[in-house]
Amino acid sequence: MYETTFIVSPDLSEEGYKGEVEKFLKLMKDHNSEILNTEYWGLRKLAYPINRKTSGYYVYIEFAAPGPFVQKLEQEYHYDESIIRFLTVRLDKHAVAYNIKRREQGFGQRSETVTAPEINS
Amino acid sequence: MEPAAVNTSRQGSQGGYRSNTNSMVQNQNQEMRKKYCRFKKSGIKHIDYKDPKFLLKFVNDQGKILPRRLTGTSLKYQRKLSTAIKRARHLALLPFTTDGLK
Repeated sequence: MYETTFIVSPDLSEEGYKGEVEKFLKLMKDHNSEILNTEYWGLRKLAYPINRKTSGYYVYIEFAAPGPFVQKLEQEYHYDESIIRFLTVRLDKHAVAYNIKRREQGFGQRSETVTAPEINS
Repeated sequence: MEPAAVNTSRQGSQGGYRSNTNSMVQNQNQEMRKKYCRFKKSGIKHIDYKDPKFLLKFVNDQGKILPRRLTGTSLKYQRKLSTAIKRARHLALLPFTTDGLK
């Protein structure tokens, strides 16, 4: 069980952002991984500028995949120039329990995502 | 009679002194009692790096991680907390350095 969060460059349009996410979701599916949860946090302000950008589209994906795939995924992130930051974390049992609870509560818990576009996929 | 009286008065004064120290100890205890590990108390097992509002409680206004001796967090959770804050910083959810965060 892993979770990954990445920031897509704000230079892309809303469409480009969704396309970018689709691309990675497809990559995951192609590598026998099961996608458990996808959250679109939308355009958020960054706490500090990254590559002179002050905002970015956040995407958060939970997935179950064989270990070597993570390396492949991060490599893809590196190749993709519109990904400005990413983080992949392996989940321990507490995190898994936490995420299940979080998923049940849904987006309502996060007040800042109210303005974010809600996409059901 | 007289020495006894002296004795009692001294005891009384000692008692007064002692009660003073006791109150000081109590004060210290009260200060210490204020401190507790909020993760242990509220049963939080996993610290989420995706929640910057929560993590903000454990950094000072420069964005530095507050020490355990100030927050009272137990070592186990301080370790988890620090990784969570560092992950949040990596994702630009928290700043590395700022002035006047709060």
